[in-house]
Amino acid sequence: MSFFGITRATLTKDVRLEWRSKDAINAMLFFSLLVVVIFSFSFDPTAEESRRIAGGLVWVAFLFAAIVALNQTWARELRNQVLDAYRVSPAPANALFLAKAFGNFIFVTVLEALMTPLFIVFYKLRALGPTWELLPIAALGTWALVVNGTFFAAISLRTRSREIMLPLLLFPISIPALLGMVNATTAILTGEGSARFWIALLVAYDVVFTIACLLLFETVLEAE
Amino acid sequence: MKRGFSILAIVTALLLSFALYEALIAAPTERTMGDVQRIFYYHVPSAWTAFVLFLINFVASVVFLIRRDTKADILALVTAEVGVVFCTVVLATGPIWARPVWGIWWTWDLRLTLTLVLWLIYVSYLVLRRFSASSQTPVLAAVLAIFGALDVPLVYFSIWFFRTQHPSPVIGGGGSLDPRMAHVLLINWAAFLCLAWLVCWTRYRLEVVEREVEEAQALESLLEDSR
Repeated sequence: MSFFGITRATLTKDVRLEWRSKDAINAMLFFSLLVVVIFSFSFDPTAEESRRIAGGLVWVAFLFAAIVALNQTWARELRNQVLDAYRVSPAPANALFLAKAFGNFIFVTVLEALMTPLFIVFYKLRALGPTWELLPIAALGTWALVVNGTFFAAISLRTRSREIMLPLLLFPISIPALLGMVNATTAILTGEGSARFWIALLVAYDVVFTIACLLLFETVLEAE
Repeated sequence: MKRGFSILAIVTALLLSFALYEALIAAPTERTMGDVQRIFYYHVPSAWTAFVLFLINFVASVVFLIRRDTKADILALVTAEVGVVFCTVVLATGPIWARPVWGIWWTWDLRLTLTLVLWLIYVSYLVLRRFSASSQTPVLAAVLAIFGALDVPLVYFSIWFFRTQHPSPVIGGGGSLDPRMAHVLLINWAAFLCLAWLVCWTRYRLEVVEREVEEAQALESLLEDSR
């Protein structure tokens, strides 16, 4: 099987599993819905106020919700020693990593697509800047969260209390990415200033950490 | 080995006392800030020392991943621990100075935020080491250290985009520092580096002994089982 053949097979398997059980997506959706409702009590959601705060709020909700999907990425493979079987098989480690990262990217993107209308309705959002720029920001930002999240989920798999470990490892490293997403989104919502610098930062973050993950994933998978 | 350690301990004690005298008495009082400014002789050298230790941590982690040398792993652990301590000193002394001079305890400025994020990254590194199963810890920790180091320039550029309030860097920046103050600063830095070295050395030996004890205990319980 070729490299991308393995990636596709694993990805299809994960998506099918999720499609049939809908465990992660349901938990994520309900969780971010709760965040939307609870945050609405913490400030007055007028159109002006929302516009300034929504960028941060949306991404924090997605970040916390993504942890749900990320945590179950590898935990699923522990049952029946699937991960051990993968380790002894000649399949390249990066094919597995890419499949998992793409899978999480799809799950979080679906979450974002479903939640964005709700955010718009509840917070009366209307962008004053170029709205189409939100698309590349969402894609780059989601990849930034997911690529490192998938990687750190593999690390936290080897620790005690792994569900708590993942955010502790992921959040400090993700700070520049989060700054990029939040400021880019706010710049577009308020129409003040350009989002270009933040998009460039997100691209740099994505490139650097995708390369780092691909170079180091085999080391983490084989760590004994 | 033992002799070198004693010599280093004595040198550190002498340097630290001399640096204390220089910083509190010999150094000229700053014109506008007054005596509050003297905390600068602890704040800045601590920051530099912490950064040096984090750099050593990064190099040791890379060396460990290439050579799988236990010594490099212990060095990485020790420098991260001591680095976090010095970084905490920086984060604690900063607000003490900022309150009377700026009128605020904290501001989300470039260098403050960068130091705080560095502190967070290395604390998460130590948490990982504490929570991970023993045989895989070194590899996972080394990988995390590399990720943390890669993150630093990105954090820098992301925060650089905000306006900066911190006094510009004293060395290599536009600011001019009285040569006597610079002299005291460098003496303090030398003293702090010696102190860091001393603490790291002690911690290193402790870690080696700890691992030996652990191995011996594991071996003993194995022998008992086989009996």
